[in-house]
Amino acid sequence: MTNRRSLLIGGLAAPLAGCAGRGASPAARVVVIGGGFAGASAAGTLRQLAPEVDVTLIEPNPVYTACPFSNLVIAGERRLDAQQFSYQNLKAAGINLVQQRATDVDPATRQVVLENRQVIAYDKLIMAPGIDFQWTIPGLSAGNADRMPHAWRAGAQTVLLRDQLRGMRPGGTFVMSIPEAPYRCPPGPYERASLIAHYLKQHNPKAKVLLLDGKDQFSKMSLFRAAWTTLYGDMVEWQGAADGARVVEVDAGNRTLHTDFESVSADVASVIPPQRAAAIAERAGVADASGWCPIEPRTFASMLQDNVHVIGDAAIANAMPKSAFAANAQAKLCALQVVKALNSETPVTSKLINTCYSLAAPDYGISVAGVYAPGDRAWLDVEGAGGVSPLDADIAVRRAEAGYAEDWFTTITREVFG
Amino acid sequence: MAGARISVPSRARSGEVISIKTLFSHPMETGYRRDALGLAIPRDIVSEFVCSYDGRAVFRAELNPGIAANPYFAFSVRADRSGTLEFRWTDQDGNVTVETRELAVEP
Repeated sequence: MTNRRSLLIGGLAAPLAGCAGRGASPAARVVVIGGGFAGASAAGTLRQLAPEVDVTLIEPNPVYTACPFSNLVIAGERRLDAQQFSYQNLKAAGINLVQQRATDVDPATRQVVLENRQVIAYDKLIMAPGIDFQWTIPGLSAGNADRMPHAWRAGAQTVLLRDQLRGMRPGGTFVMSIPEAPYRCPPGPYERASLIAHYLKQHNPKAKVLLLDGKDQFSKMSLFRAAWTTLYGDMVEWQGAADGARVVEVDAGNRTLHTDFESVSADVASVIPPQRAAAIAERAGVADASGWCPIEPRTFASMLQDNVHVIGDAAIANAMPKSAFAANAQAKLCALQVVKALNSETPVTSKLINTCYSLAAPDYGISVAGVYAPGDRAWLDVEGAGGVSPLDADIAVRRAEAGYAEDWFTTITREVFG
Repeated sequence: MAGARISVPSRARSGEVISIKTLFSHPMETGYRRDALGLAIPRDIVSEFVCSYDGRAVFRAELNPGIAANPYFAFSVRADRSGTLEFRWTDQDGNVTVETRELAVEP
Protein backbone atom coordinates (compact mmCIF):
# COMPACT_ATOMS: atom_id res chain seq x y z
CA MET A 1 0.00 0.00 0.00
CA THR A 2 1.39 3.39 -0.93
CA ASN A 3 1.62 6.37 1.37
CA ARG A 4 -1.08 8.07 -0.59
CA ARG A 5 -3.49 5.23 0.00
CA SER A 6 -2.76 5.12 3.71
CA LEU A 7 -3.37 8.82 3.84
CA LEU A 8 -6.82 8.38 2.32
CA ILE A 9 -7.72 5.46 4.47
CA GLY A 10 -6.45 7.19 7.57
CA GLY A 11 -9.17 9.79 7.23
CA LEU A 12 -6.93 12.37 5.58
CA ALA A 13 -5.96 13.67 8.99
CA ALA A 14 -2.29 14.35 8.31
CA PRO A 15 -1.42 17.58 6.49
CA LEU A 16 0.27 17.06 3.16
CA ALA A 17 3.99 17.65 3.16
CA GLY A 18 3.65 19.65 -0.06
CA CYS A 19 1.29 22.13 1.51
CA ALA A 20 3.86 23.55 3.85
CA GLY A 21 5.85 25.17 1.10
CA ARG A 22 3.46 27.95 0.12
CA GLY A 23 5.31 30.40 2.34
CA ALA A 24 4.26 34.03 2.04
CA SER A 25 2.16 33.70 -1.10
CA PRO A 26 -1.49 34.61 -0.55
CA ALA A 27 -3.68 31.80 0.74
CA ALA A 28 -5.41 29.82 -1.97
CA ARG A 29 -9.19 30.20 -1.91
CA VAL A 30 -11.35 27.10 -2.21
CA VAL A 31 -15.10 27.64 -2.26
CA VAL A 32 -17.59 24.82 -1.70
CA ILE A 33 -21.21 25.19 -2.81
CA GLY A 34 -23.63 23.04 -0.82
CA GLY A 35 -23.47 21.80 2.76
CA GLY A 36 -24.82 18.26 2.37
CA PHE A 37 -22.82 15.09 2.88
CA ALA A 38 -20.64 15.89 -0.15
CA GLY A 39 -20.02 19.61 0.40
CA ALA A 40 -19.63 19.54 4.18
CA SER A 41 -17.25 16.56 3.89
CA ALA A 42 -15.19 18.38 1.26
CA ALA A 43 -14.93 21.56 3.34
CA GLY A 44 -13.98 19.63 6.48
CA THR A 45 -11.39 17.56 4.65
CA LEU A 46 -9.83 20.62 3.02
CA ARG A 47 -9.58 22.28 6.42
CA GLN A 48 -7.75 19.23 7.85
CA LEU A 49 -5.52 18.63 4.84
CA ALA A 50 -4.41 22.16 4.13
CA PRO A 51 -4.65 24.53 7.11
CA GLU A 52 -3.19 27.37 5.05
CA VAL A 53 -5.98 27.25 2.45
CA ASP A 54 -8.92 29.64 2.79
CA VAL A 55 -12.04 27.42 2.79
CA THR A 56 -15.53 28.86 2.30
CA LEU A 57 -18.74 26.83 2.51
CA ILE A 58 -21.84 28.37 0.94
CA GLU A 59 -25.07 26.88 2.30
CA PRO A 60 -28.38 28.71 2.74
CA ASN A 61 -29.80 26.51 5.52
CA PRO A 62 -28.56 27.05 9.10
CA VAL A 63 -29.19 23.37 9.87
CA TYR A 64 -28.73 20.31 7.70
CA THR A 65 -31.53 17.74 7.59
CA ALA A 66 -30.16 14.37 6.51
CA CYS A 67 -32.04 12.07 4.13
CA PRO A 68 -30.60 8.71 5.29
CA PHE A 69 -32.83 7.36 8.07
CA SER A 70 -35.57 9.91 7.27
CA ASN A 71 -37.83 7.05 6.14
CA LEU A 72 -37.95 6.10 9.84
CA VAL A 73 -39.37 9.55 10.54
CA ILE A 74 -42.13 8.91 8.00
CA ALA A 75 -42.87 5.61 9.75
CA GLY A 76 -43.10 7.40 13.12
CA GLU A 77 -40.05 5.56 14.48
CA ARG A 78 -37.71 8.54 14.70
CA ARG A 79 -37.92 12.25 15.38
CA LEU A 80 -36.99 14.70 12.65
CA ASP A 81 -34.52 16.47 14.95
CA ALA A 82 -32.47 13.25 15.09
CA GLN A 83 -31.82 13.98 11.38
CA GLN A 84 -30.64 17.54 11.94
CA PHE A 85 -27.09 18.79 12.22
CA SER A 86 -25.67 22.25 12.74
CA TYR A 87 -22.69 23.70 10.89
CA GLN A 88 -21.25 25.19 14.07
CA ASN A 89 -18.43 22.65 14.37
CA LEU A 90 -17.35 23.27 10.79
CA LYS A 91 -17.34 27.00 11.56
CA ALA A 92 -15.35 26.41 14.74
CA ALA A 93 -12.81 24.43 12.69
CA GLY A 94 -12.05 27.59 10.73
CA ILE A 95 -14.29 27.23 7.67
CA ASN A 96 -15.88 30.46 6.44
CA LEU A 97 -19.57 29.63 6.60
CA VAL A 98 -21.66 31.81 4.28
CA GLN A 99 -25.35 31.34 4.96
CA GLN A 100 -26.57 32.34 1.54
CA ARG A 101 -27.84 30.68 -1.60
CA ALA A 102 -25.39 30.68 -4.51
CA THR A 103 -27.31 31.98 -7.52
CA ASP A 104 -24.63 32.12 -10.18
CA VAL A 105 -21.11 31.00 -11.00
CA ASP A 106 -18.82 32.57 -13.58
CA PRO A 107 -16.01 30.09 -14.28
CA ALA A 108 -14.27 32.62 -16.59
CA THR A 109 -13.66 35.12 -13.77
CA ARG A 110 -13.80 32.41 -11.04
CA GLN A 111 -16.56 34.04 -9.06
CA VAL A 112 -19.65 32.85 -7.24
CA VAL A 113 -22.59 35.24 -6.94
CA LEU A 114 -24.85 34.95 -3.89
CA GLU A 115 -28.52 35.76 -3.49
CA ASN A 116 -27.60 38.96 -1.61
CA ARG A 117 -25.49 40.00 -4.67
CA GLN A 118 -22.27 39.44 -2.79
CA VAL A 119 -19.49 38.02 -4.97
CA ILE A 120 -16.99 35.43 -3.73
CA ALA A 121 -13.82 34.77 -5.72
CA TYR A 122 -12.19 31.36 -5.82
CA ASP A 123 -9.10 29.62 -7.10
CA LYS A 124 -10.86 26.25 -7.02
CA LEU A 125 -14.59 25.65 -6.74
CA ILE A 126 -16.14 22.42 -5.48
CA MET A 127 -19.81 22.16 -6.37
CA ALA A 128 -21.94 19.82 -4.28
CA PRO A 129 -25.37 21.32 -4.99
CA GLY A 130 -27.38 18.08 -4.84
CA ILE A 131 -30.56 17.63 -6.82
CA ASP A 132 -33.51 19.60 -8.08
CA PHE A 133 -36.80 18.05 -9.09
CA GLN A 134 -37.95 17.99 -12.68
CA TRP A 135 -41.64 18.83 -12.70
CA THR A 136 -42.22 16.90 -15.90
CA ILE A 137 -45.11 14.67 -14.78
CA PRO A 138 -48.22 16.49 -16.03
CA GLY A 139 -50.39 17.57 -13.10
CA LEU A 140 -47.54 17.72 -10.59
CA SER A 141 -45.77 20.95 -9.66
CA ALA A 142 -43.78 22.49 -6.85
CA GLY A 143 -47.02 24.26 -5.91
CA ASN A 144 -49.15 21.15 -5.35
CA ALA A 145 -46.46 18.64 -4.30
CA ASP A 146 -47.75 18.80 -0.72
CA ARG A 147 -50.79 16.80 -1.91
CA MET A 148 -48.45 13.96 -2.92
CA PRO A 149 -45.29 14.60 -0.87
CA HIS A 150 -42.05 13.37 -2.44
CA ALA A 151 -40.22 13.80 0.89
CA TRP A 152 -37.07 13.32 -1.18
CA ARG A 153 -35.41 16.23 0.57
CA ALA A 154 -35.69 15.57 4.26
CA GLY A 155 -37.59 18.24 6.19
CA ALA A 156 -41.13 19.60 6.06
CA GLN A 157 -42.33 17.06 3.48
CA THR A 158 -40.99 14.17 5.56
CA VAL A 159 -43.23 15.21 8.45
CA LEU A 160 -46.11 15.96 6.09
CA LEU A 161 -46.04 12.46 4.61
CA ARG A 162 -45.86 10.95 8.11
CA ASP A 163 -48.91 12.96 9.18
CA GLN A 164 -50.89 12.11 6.03
CA LEU A 165 -50.25 8.41 6.71
CA ARG A 166 -51.36 8.81 10.32
CA GLY A 167 -54.60 10.34 9.08
CA MET A 168 -55.27 7.76 6.36
CA ARG A 169 -58.68 6.06 6.53
CA PRO A 170 -58.73 2.46 7.77
CA GLY A 171 -58.07 0.08 4.87
CA GLY A 172 -56.85 2.92 2.65
CA THR A 173 -54.26 2.69 -0.11
CA PHE A 174 -50.88 4.36 -0.06
CA VAL A 175 -49.45 4.76 -3.57
CA MET A 176 -45.87 5.73 -4.41
CA SER A 177 -44.57 6.70 -7.83
CA ILE A 178 -40.89 5.85 -8.34
CA PRO A 179 -38.84 7.43 -11.12
CA GLU A 180 -36.48 5.87 -13.60
CA ALA A 181 -32.75 5.98 -12.79
CA PRO A 182 -30.71 8.02 -12.11
CA TYR A 183 -32.09 9.55 -8.94
CA ARG A 184 -30.89 10.18 -5.39
CA CYS A 185 -30.68 7.06 -3.19
CA PRO A 186 -31.57 4.13 -5.49
CA PRO A 187 -32.93 1.81 -2.73
CA GLY A 188 -34.67 4.66 -0.87
CA PRO A 189 -38.18 4.22 -2.31
CA TYR A 190 -38.21 0.52 -1.41
CA GLU A 191 -37.00 1.17 2.13
CA ARG A 192 -39.75 3.77 2.42
CA ALA A 193 -42.38 1.29 1.21
CA SER A 194 -41.10 -1.24 3.76
CA LEU A 195 -41.13 1.12 6.72
CA ILE A 196 -44.55 2.50 5.79
CA ALA A 197 -45.83 -1.10 5.65
CA HIS A 198 -44.28 -1.62 9.07
CA TYR A 199 -46.22 1.37 10.40
CA LEU A 200 -49.47 0.35 8.70
CA LYS A 201 -49.22 -3.25 9.90
CA GLN A 202 -49.48 -1.94 13.46
CA HIS A 203 -51.88 0.97 13.02
CA ASN A 204 -53.90 0.28 9.86
CA PRO A 205 -53.54 -3.44 9.13
CA LYS A 206 -56.03 -3.60 6.24
CA ALA A 207 -54.26 -0.82 4.34
CA LYS A 208 -52.37 -1.41 1.07
CA VAL A 209 -49.02 -0.16 -0.21
CA LEU A 210 -48.90 0.07 -4.00
CA LEU A 211 -45.67 0.94 -5.81
CA LEU A 212 -45.83 2.21 -9.39
CA ASP A 213 -42.32 2.01 -10.80
CA GLY A 214 -40.76 3.32 -14.00
CA LYS A 215 -38.23 0.47 -13.93
CA ASP A 216 -38.22 -3.32 -14.11
CA GLN A 217 -35.35 -3.83 -11.71
CA PHE A 218 -34.26 -2.05 -8.56
CA SER A 219 -31.54 -2.05 -5.93
CA LYS A 220 -31.63 -5.09 -3.61
CA MET A 221 -34.80 -6.20 -5.43
CA SER A 222 -34.77 -9.87 -4.36
CA LEU A 223 -34.01 -8.96 -0.75
CA PHE A 224 -36.77 -6.37 -0.58
CA ARG A 225 -39.36 -8.58 -2.24
CA ALA A 226 -38.54 -11.49 0.07
CA ALA A 227 -38.71 -9.19 3.11
CA TRP A 228 -42.08 -7.78 2.02
CA THR A 229 -43.59 -11.27 1.80
CA THR A 230 -42.04 -12.37 5.09
CA LEU A 231 -42.87 -9.26 7.07
CA TYR A 232 -46.00 -7.85 5.46
CA GLY A 233 -47.75 -10.70 3.59
CA ASP A 234 -49.54 -9.19 0.60
CA MET A 235 -49.73 -5.63 1.91
CA VAL A 236 -47.01 -4.38 -0.48
CA GLU A 237 -47.64 -4.63 -4.21
CA TRP A 238 -44.96 -3.62 -6.72
CA GLN A 239 -45.64 -2.98 -10.41
CA GLY A 240 -42.82 -2.20 -12.81
CA ALA A 241 -42.31 -0.95 -16.34
CA ALA A 242 -43.24 -4.34 -17.80
CA ASP A 243 -46.62 -3.95 -16.11
CA GLY A 244 -47.03 -0.54 -17.75
CA ALA A 245 -46.84 1.03 -14.28
CA ARG A 246 -44.82 4.14 -15.15
CA VAL A 247 -46.81 7.14 -13.91
CA VAL A 248 -47.43 9.53 -16.82
CA GLU A 249 -49.85 12.00 -15.24
CA VAL A 250 -51.31 12.81 -11.84
CA ASP A 251 -54.32 14.66 -10.52
CA ALA A 252 -52.98 16.06 -7.27
CA GLY A 253 -56.37 17.45 -6.22
CA ASN A 254 -58.04 14.06 -5.86
CA ARG A 255 -54.81 12.05 -5.48
CA THR A 256 -55.19 10.06 -8.68
CA LEU A 257 -52.19 8.63 -10.52
CA HIS A 258 -52.42 7.70 -14.18
CA THR A 259 -50.25 5.18 -15.99
CA ASP A 260 -50.63 4.67 -19.73
CA PHE A 261 -53.15 1.93 -19.01
CA GLU A 262 -54.77 2.53 -15.65
CA SER A 263 -55.89 5.17 -13.17
CA VAL A 264 -55.22 4.56 -9.49
CA SER A 265 -56.95 6.41 -6.66
CA ALA A 266 -54.79 6.88 -3.59
CA ASP A 267 -55.77 7.81 -0.05
CA VAL A 268 -52.21 8.97 0.54
CA ALA A 269 -49.65 9.33 -2.22
CA SER A 270 -45.95 10.01 -2.52
CA VAL A 271 -44.79 10.97 -5.99
CA ILE A 272 -41.02 11.08 -6.31
CA PRO A 273 -40.35 13.25 -9.36
CA PRO A 274 -37.52 12.67 -11.82
CA GLN A 275 -34.41 14.59 -10.82
CA ARG A 276 -31.38 16.43 -12.17
CA ALA A 277 -28.43 18.32 -10.73
CA ALA A 278 -29.55 21.44 -8.84
CA ALA A 279 -30.14 24.49 -11.04
CA ILE A 280 -26.89 26.23 -10.02
CA ALA A 281 -25.02 23.49 -11.92
CA GLU A 282 -26.64 24.59 -15.14
CA ARG A 283 -25.95 28.27 -14.32
CA ALA A 284 -22.29 27.36 -13.83
CA GLY A 285 -22.20 25.50 -17.14
CA VAL A 286 -21.14 22.22 -15.54
CA ALA A 287 -24.32 20.22 -16.34
CA ASP A 288 -24.78 18.52 -19.71
CA ALA A 289 -27.95 17.75 -21.67
CA SER A 290 -28.77 14.92 -19.26
CA GLY A 291 -29.16 17.48 -16.47
CA TRP A 292 -26.24 15.95 -14.53
CA CYS A 293 -22.57 16.95 -14.36
CA PRO A 294 -19.89 15.06 -16.30
CA ILE A 295 -16.60 14.78 -14.44
CA GLU A 296 -13.10 13.51 -15.00
CA PRO A 297 -13.36 10.38 -12.81
CA ARG A 298 -10.05 10.46 -10.99
CA THR A 299 -10.30 14.07 -9.76
CA PHE A 300 -14.01 14.96 -10.06
CA ALA A 301 -12.91 17.94 -12.18
CA SER A 302 -15.74 19.18 -14.37
CA MET A 303 -15.44 18.07 -17.99
CA LEU A 304 -17.03 21.37 -19.00
CA GLN A 305 -15.37 24.12 -16.91
CA ASP A 306 -11.87 24.70 -15.62
CA ASN A 307 -11.15 25.00 -11.89
CA VAL A 308 -14.53 23.54 -10.97
CA HIS A 309 -15.08 20.10 -9.42
CA VAL A 310 -18.45 18.43 -8.95
CA ILE A 311 -19.20 15.79 -6.31
CA GLY A 312 -22.16 14.06 -4.73
CA ASP A 313 -25.61 13.53 -6.22
CA ALA A 314 -25.10 16.18 -8.95
CA ALA A 315 -22.09 14.42 -10.48
CA ILE A 316 -22.17 11.66 -13.08
CA ALA A 317 -20.20 9.01 -11.19
CA ASN A 318 -21.55 6.17 -13.35
CA ALA A 319 -21.46 2.92 -11.38
CA MET A 320 -21.31 4.78 -8.04
CA PRO A 321 -24.80 5.38 -6.68
CA LYS A 322 -26.10 8.75 -5.52
CA SER A 323 -25.75 8.02 -1.81
CA ALA A 324 -24.49 9.83 1.28
CA PHE A 325 -21.71 7.26 1.64
CA ALA A 326 -20.57 7.82 -1.96
CA ALA A 327 -20.84 11.60 -1.57
CA ASN A 328 -18.62 11.52 1.52
CA ALA A 329 -16.05 9.28 -0.18
CA GLN A 330 -16.00 11.41 -3.33
CA ALA A 331 -15.62 14.57 -1.21
CA LYS A 332 -12.54 13.29 0.60
CA LEU A 333 -10.86 12.23 -2.63
CA CYS A 334 -11.83 15.45 -4.42
CA ALA A 335 -10.52 17.60 -1.54
CA LEU A 336 -7.19 15.79 -1.73
CA GLN A 337 -7.00 16.30 -5.52
CA VAL A 338 -7.81 20.01 -5.16
CA VAL A 339 -5.01 20.45 -2.62
CA LYS A 340 -2.68 18.53 -4.94
CA ALA A 341 -3.63 20.79 -7.84
CA LEU A 342 -3.05 23.94 -5.73
CA ASN A 343 0.43 22.61 -5.00
CA SER A 344 1.03 21.72 -8.66
CA GLU A 345 1.28 18.04 -7.76
CA THR A 346 -0.05 15.22 -9.88
CA PRO A 347 -3.36 13.71 -8.80
CA VAL A 348 -3.51 10.40 -6.98
CA THR A 349 -5.43 7.40 -8.28
CA SER A 350 -7.70 5.83 -5.71
CA LYS A 351 -10.55 3.39 -5.66
CA LEU A 352 -13.64 4.31 -3.67
CA ILE A 353 -16.19 2.24 -1.82
CA ASN A 354 -19.87 2.57 -1.10
CA THR A 355 -22.23 0.79 1.26
CA CYS A 356 -25.96 1.38 1.28
CA TYR A 357 -27.95 -0.01 4.18
CA SER A 358 -31.70 -0.23 3.91
CA LEU A 359 -34.25 -1.11 6.55
CA ALA A 360 -37.05 -3.48 5.55
CA ALA A 361 -38.28 -2.98 9.14
CA PRO A 362 -36.66 -1.03 12.01
CA ASP A 363 -34.85 -4.20 13.13
CA TYR A 364 -34.40 -5.78 9.68
CA GLY A 365 -31.41 -4.44 7.74
CA ILE A 366 -30.09 -5.34 4.30
CA SER A 367 -27.11 -3.88 2.49
CA VAL A 368 -25.30 -3.55 -0.80
CA ALA A 369 -21.61 -2.72 -1.01
CA GLY A 370 -19.49 -1.85 -4.02
CA VAL A 371 -15.90 -1.01 -4.88
CA TYR A 372 -15.30 1.42 -7.72
CA ALA A 373 -12.25 2.28 -9.79
CA PRO A 374 -11.76 5.42 -11.89
CA GLY A 375 -11.49 4.57 -15.59
CA ASP A 376 -10.56 7.11 -18.25
CA ARG A 377 -14.14 8.13 -18.81
CA ALA A 378 -16.18 6.57 -16.01
CA TRP A 379 -16.24 5.22 -12.48
CA LEU A 380 -16.36 1.47 -12.96
CA ASP A 381 -17.67 -1.25 -10.71
CA VAL A 382 -14.84 -3.57 -9.60
CA GLU A 383 -16.24 -6.96 -10.53
CA GLY A 384 -16.29 -9.51 -7.75
CA ALA A 385 -15.82 -6.91 -5.02
CA GLY A 386 -18.69 -5.92 -2.77
CA GLY A 387 -22.04 -7.66 -2.96
CA VAL A 388 -25.43 -7.76 -1.27
CA SER A 389 -26.70 -9.37 1.93
CA PRO A 390 -27.43 -13.08 1.49
CA LEU A 391 -31.01 -13.89 0.51
CA ASP A 392 -31.33 -16.77 2.96
CA ALA A 393 -29.79 -15.12 6.02
CA ASP A 394 -31.02 -15.73 9.53
CA ILE A 395 -33.14 -13.08 11.24
CA ALA A 396 -30.19 -12.44 13.57
CA VAL A 397 -28.18 -11.27 10.55
CA ARG A 398 -30.97 -8.86 9.58
CA ARG A 399 -31.08 -7.52 13.13
CA ALA A 400 -27.31 -7.11 13.17
CA GLU A 401 -27.36 -5.25 9.85
CA ALA A 402 -30.03 -2.88 11.17
CA GLY A 403 -27.57 -2.12 13.97
CA TYR A 404 -24.74 -1.58 11.48
CA ALA A 405 -26.97 0.85 9.59
CA GLU A 406 -27.49 2.94 12.72
CA ASP A 407 -23.76 2.79 13.52
CA TRP A 408 -22.95 3.95 10.00
CA PHE A 409 -25.29 6.93 10.31
CA THR A 410 -23.84 7.91 13.70
CA THR A 411 -20.29 7.57 12.38
CA ILE A 412 -20.73 9.49 9.15
CA THR A 413 -22.72 12.36 10.64
CA ARG A 414 -20.17 12.70 13.44
CA GLU A 415 -17.33 12.69 10.94
CA VAL A 416 -18.96 15.27 8.67
CA PHE A 417 -20.71 17.60 11.13
CA GLY A 418 -18.66 16.96 14.26
CA MET B 1 -49.37 -14.45 -22.40
CA ALA B 2 -50.79 -12.09 -19.79
CA GLY B 3 -48.31 -9.40 -20.72
CA ALA B 4 -50.38 -7.24 -23.08
CA ARG B 5 -51.64 -3.85 -21.96
CA ILE B 6 -53.85 -1.72 -24.17
CA SER B 7 -55.32 1.74 -23.80
CA VAL B 8 -58.06 2.58 -26.30
CA PRO B 9 -61.33 4.49 -25.91
CA SER B 10 -64.50 2.38 -26.12
CA ARG B 11 -66.39 5.03 -28.06
CA ALA B 12 -65.59 7.86 -30.43
CA ARG B 13 -67.34 10.28 -32.79
CA SER B 14 -67.16 9.52 -36.50
CA GLY B 15 -64.05 11.09 -37.96
CA GLU B 16 -62.38 11.53 -34.57
CA VAL B 17 -58.69 10.68 -34.36
CA ILE B 18 -58.27 8.38 -31.37
CA SER B 19 -55.05 7.63 -29.53
CA ILE B 20 -54.06 4.00 -28.91
CA LYS B 21 -51.29 2.83 -26.59
CA THR B 22 -50.00 -0.72 -26.21
CA LEU B 23 -47.33 -2.34 -24.09
CA PHE B 24 -46.21 -5.94 -24.34
CA SER B 25 -44.22 -7.39 -21.40
CA HIS B 26 -41.28 -9.12 -23.00
CA PRO B 27 -37.52 -9.27 -22.27
CA MET B 28 -36.55 -8.67 -25.95
CA GLU B 29 -33.37 -10.66 -25.37
CA THR B 30 -30.97 -9.73 -28.18
CA GLY B 31 -29.01 -12.98 -28.35
CA TYR B 32 -25.79 -10.99 -28.02
CA ARG B 33 -25.54 -11.05 -24.24
CA ARG B 34 -23.82 -13.59 -22.04
CA ASP B 35 -24.85 -14.79 -18.60
CA ALA B 36 -22.72 -14.88 -15.44
CA LEU B 37 -21.07 -18.12 -16.62
CA GLY B 38 -20.17 -16.63 -19.99
CA LEU B 39 -22.75 -18.63 -21.91
CA ALA B 40 -24.70 -16.91 -24.67
CA ILE B 41 -28.26 -16.01 -23.69
CA PRO B 42 -30.44 -17.18 -26.60
CA ARG B 43 -32.25 -14.61 -28.66
CA ASP B 44 -35.89 -14.20 -27.65
CA ILE B 45 -37.77 -11.35 -29.29
CA VAL B 46 -41.20 -10.29 -30.43
CA SER B 47 -40.81 -9.96 -34.18
CA GLU B 48 -44.07 -8.37 -35.30
CA PHE B 49 -46.92 -6.28 -33.98
CA VAL B 50 -50.06 -5.56 -35.99
CA CYS B 51 -53.17 -3.59 -35.10
CA SER B 52 -56.18 -4.25 -37.33
CA TYR B 53 -59.37 -2.19 -37.38
CA ASP B 54 -62.44 -3.98 -38.65
CA GLY B 55 -60.22 -6.55 -40.38
CA ARG B 56 -57.81 -4.09 -42.02
CA ALA B 57 -54.26 -3.50 -40.76
CA VAL B 58 -53.88 0.12 -39.61
CA PHE B 59 -50.53 -0.16 -37.82
CA ARG B 60 -47.74 -2.65 -38.35
CA ALA B 61 -44.26 -2.84 -36.82
CA GLU B 62 -41.38 -5.19 -37.44
CA LEU B 63 -39.17 -5.64 -34.36
CA ASN B 64 -35.49 -6.55 -34.34
CA PRO B 65 -32.83 -7.30 -31.71
CA GLY B 66 -31.80 -4.06 -30.01
CA ILE B 67 -35.35 -2.86 -29.46
CA ALA B 68 -35.82 -2.38 -25.73
CA ALA B 69 -37.69 -4.74 -23.44
CA ASN B 70 -41.45 -4.33 -23.12
CA PRO B 71 -42.13 -2.88 -26.58
CA TYR B 72 -44.47 0.09 -26.32
CA PHE B 73 -46.37 1.55 -29.26
CA ALA B 74 -48.52 4.66 -29.26
CA PHE B 75 -50.30 5.58 -32.47
CA SER B 76 -53.43 7.26 -33.80
CA VAL B 77 -56.35 5.90 -35.81
CA ARG B 78 -59.24 7.75 -37.44
CA ALA B 79 -62.50 6.30 -36.11
CA ASP B 80 -64.91 6.07 -39.04
CA ARG B 81 -67.02 3.00 -38.23
CA SER B 82 -67.90 0.75 -35.31
CA GLY B 83 -65.82 -2.38 -35.27
CA THR B 84 -63.25 -4.55 -33.61
CA LEU B 85 -59.67 -3.47 -32.98
CA GLU B 86 -57.40 -6.48 -32.98
CA PHE B 87 -53.89 -6.37 -31.50
CA ARG B 88 -51.54 -9.16 -32.52
CA TRP B 89 -48.00 -9.78 -31.29
CA THR B 90 -45.97 -12.57 -32.92
CA ASP B 91 -42.68 -13.76 -31.44
CA GLN B 92 -39.69 -15.16 -33.34
CA ASP B 93 -41.00 -18.71 -32.90
CA GLY B 94 -44.43 -17.91 -34.30
CA ASN B 95 -46.24 -17.79 -30.95
CA VAL B 96 -49.12 -15.35 -31.24
CA THR B 97 -50.84 -13.23 -28.62
CA VAL B 98 -54.12 -11.62 -29.67
CA GLU B 99 -56.26 -9.10 -27.81
CA THR B 100 -59.38 -7.38 -29.10
CA ARG B 101 -61.31 -4.25 -28.14
CA GLU B 102 -64.67 -3.07 -29.44
CA LEU B 103 -64.94 0.49 -30.65
CA ALA B 104 -68.39 2.08 -30.93
CA VAL B 105 -68.49 5.02 -33.34
CA GLU B 106 -71.38 7.48 -33.17
CA PRO B 107 -72.26 9.42 -36.31
